[in-house]
Amino acid sequence: MSAYLDHAATTPVRPEVVAVMAEELSRVGNPSSLHTAGRAARRVVEEAREQVAGALGARPGEVVLTGGGTEADNLAVKGLYWARAAADPRRRRVLVSSVEHHGVLDPAEWLAAEQSAEVVHLPVDAAGLLDLDALREAIEADPASVALVSVMWANNEVGTVQPVAEVVALAAQHGIPVHTDAVQAVGALPVDFDASGVAALTLTGHKLGGPIGAGALLVRRGTPLVPVLHGGGQEGGVRSGSVSAAGARALGVAAELAVAAQPAHAARLAELRERLRAAVLDAVPDAVVHGSPDADRRLPGLLHVTVPGCEGDSLLYLLDARGVECSTGSACTAGVPQSSHVLRAMGLDDATARGALRFSLGRTSTAADVDAVAAAIGPVVERARTAGLALLA
Amino acid sequence: MRVLAAMSGGVDSAVAAARAVDAGHDVVGVHLALAKGAPTSGGRSRGCCTADDARDARRAADVLGVPFYVWDLSERFAAAVVDDFVAEYAAGRTPNPCVRCNQEIKFAALADRALALGFDAVATGHYARRVDGPGGPELHRAADAAKDQSYVLAVLTPQRLATALFPLGDAARKDDVRAEAAARGLALADKPDSADICFVPDGDTRAWLGARIPARPGAVLDAAGQVVGTHDGAAGHTIGQRRGLRLGVPAADGRPRYVLDVSVADNTVTVGSAGDLAVDRVEAERATWCGPAPAPGARLGAQLRAHGAELAATVEQVDADRLVVALAEPARGVAPGQLVALYDGTRVVGSATVRAASRTAVSA
Repeated sequence: MSAYLDHAATTPVRPEVVAVMAEELSRVGNPSSLHTAGRAARRVVEEAREQVAGALGARPGEVVLTGGGTEADNLAVKGLYWARAAADPRRRRVLVSSVEHHGVLDPAEWLAAEQSAEVVHLPVDAAGLLDLDALREAIEADPASVALVSVMWANNEVGTVQPVAEVVALAAQHGIPVHTDAVQAVGALPVDFDASGVAALTLTGHKLGGPIGAGALLVRRGTPLVPVLHGGGQEGGVRSGSVSAAGARALGVAAELAVAAQPAHAARLAELRERLRAAVLDAVPDAVVHGSPDADRRLPGLLHVTVPGCEGDSLLYLLDARGVECSTGSACTAGVPQSSHVLRAMGLDDATARGALRFSLGRTSTAADVDAVAAAIGPVVERARTAGLALLA
Repeated sequence: MRVLAAMSGGVDSAVAAARAVDAGHDVVGVHLALAKGAPTSGGRSRGCCTADDARDARRAADVLGVPFYVWDLSERFAAAVVDDFVAEYAAGRTPNPCVRCNQEIKFAALADRALALGFDAVATGHYARRVDGPGGPELHRAADAAKDQSYVLAVLTPQRLATALFPLGDAARKDDVRAEAAARGLALADKPDSADICFVPDGDTRAWLGARIPARPGAVLDAAGQVVGTHDGAAGHTIGQRRGLRLGVPAADGRPRYVLDVSVADNTVTVGSAGDLAVDRVEAERATWCGPAPAPGARLGAQLRAHGAELAATVEQVDADRLVVALAEPARGVAPGQLVALYDGTRVVGSATVRAASRTAVSA
């Protein structure tokens, strides 16, 4: 029996979601078709859209269904950039926090490499919190040249919750749209799209009990957005491609359930996370916990530590061999370890960053999972240290 | 045993891992990320070769049902293998990076880490045999002489050999290994053999070195010291090299000319005929013995390059850091930096790095 502590990578699909998705998959009907089956599928999609909107404080017309978080991030960054630059060619600067997910960073870098955009990486402090003064300076240096600002709601590696309201306030003074990647936040923190003031917000199903492959970009009404995917004109022409009724329904149900459960869920995870933190530090007194020390400024279920003298690779292998599944940071599709840009931005040196471990708790986490880590981490670190010393030899 | 199988993503290491599983070992697959991951920049591929190979290796591990991880040894590899390769050429020598990788990475950094993490052995897809003799583990040539890779492993000490497994050592032929991979459902069965030097992506070693060793134009001389051409830098040339020479003055006999000597200090390259390349005395340093060191006078076989022939040789001198062997027949194109590996029958006696080679007599 393994202890799964990698819910920030993906979390189990809720049984209710599996049920509705299976039911929907057994039906025929393209939501774009005009006949009865098509209309039935369309109704499912629209009800799901209303569910997502209702759960997140958006209007149904503001929900653009996508194939996931990365697609939504790409649509936001490229779509906002193209639309803003088309309206005023001076708008060339893309302001992003230096701890964004690659789903935001890489489209921004692509715009810079291919389309003469200029990316400004905004610094963070040692806890990973955005430097608002740096944002203000970057905007005020030349407000007319800013195409968009993208700052994530909560960081996926260290869990730090960003001051999105303050970001929006600064940007709003100059009419600059703000995008936020809220993939880790929805279901873990209160997220109200309308109240947040952001122009666009990314969410994805599989971090909140839905399936991989169903996500959405919430786009404030009236925000010009150029499509990334062209084709049949679905989703108001912003995201072509047949809409998956099963995926939409799954996302709708998952979002509704996750948001309804959020306060109790967050309180339970915060308590488990505190026990996990105490257990890790008890077994490994020189481990260093990263992220915000302020409980209101971090994801409730995420614990990020670095262990001096260890390679994260070694820790991960040894923990996996003992049935504890966690992560060294963000997963990489190639499986080729890269040093974490998030930890570098927080000022960690490479040697420290190499010893990183991320434990992330979720809906199915229990005290037994914490106990499994508590039992394994001491001997694992001891062994990994020997291996770390061997590497230095 | 708990066995760490180094899986490159190629067919050999995948079949080696499969055979380790069959032998009843508790196997974990590890792919070494050796190329420095290109920094992520939107839309650009990240270290594409590494990613492809890692994917193939992971897929093979899936099929074998063994856990799989990618370990980043790129920094160590860059310093110990890539930088060393450039430095050796810059000094006018001809290094073998695969030897260096085995000595510093696979059977050093990786093995140390594996042992520290609780593994008993490291398995690789090398074609060579480990034979446990009365005096300890011995390294022998592979059953398939055409694929034998014992030369690039001749730098392993008995201690290193004791924790190394070469499951392909008894494979009859490479084709059999491919057939075995296909029969096991490993999709990489028909993957082409890897290029000579893994960190030179297009195989153009001269251009790759040219980008790393500053150009320093100089003269190409003949054996009499006459200028017969020009070069962009003595470093990067290899004794025995024929291609890529800019010679303005034709040879008196009209025959092809080869690099006879490289002097980085004088920035000269000396060329001459094929016959002038012949040497029969090889002086080497930094010896590693796979068992007891040979005695002076010992008659052994000597191999001077990865797929070179084994030549009859006599050990003239051997001490802590110096090995001198006399070749029964002259060999051509022996460059400083190459490894001279000594064999007693199929058994690898040890190896040393060539420092100089010369012609002692006009016997031939």
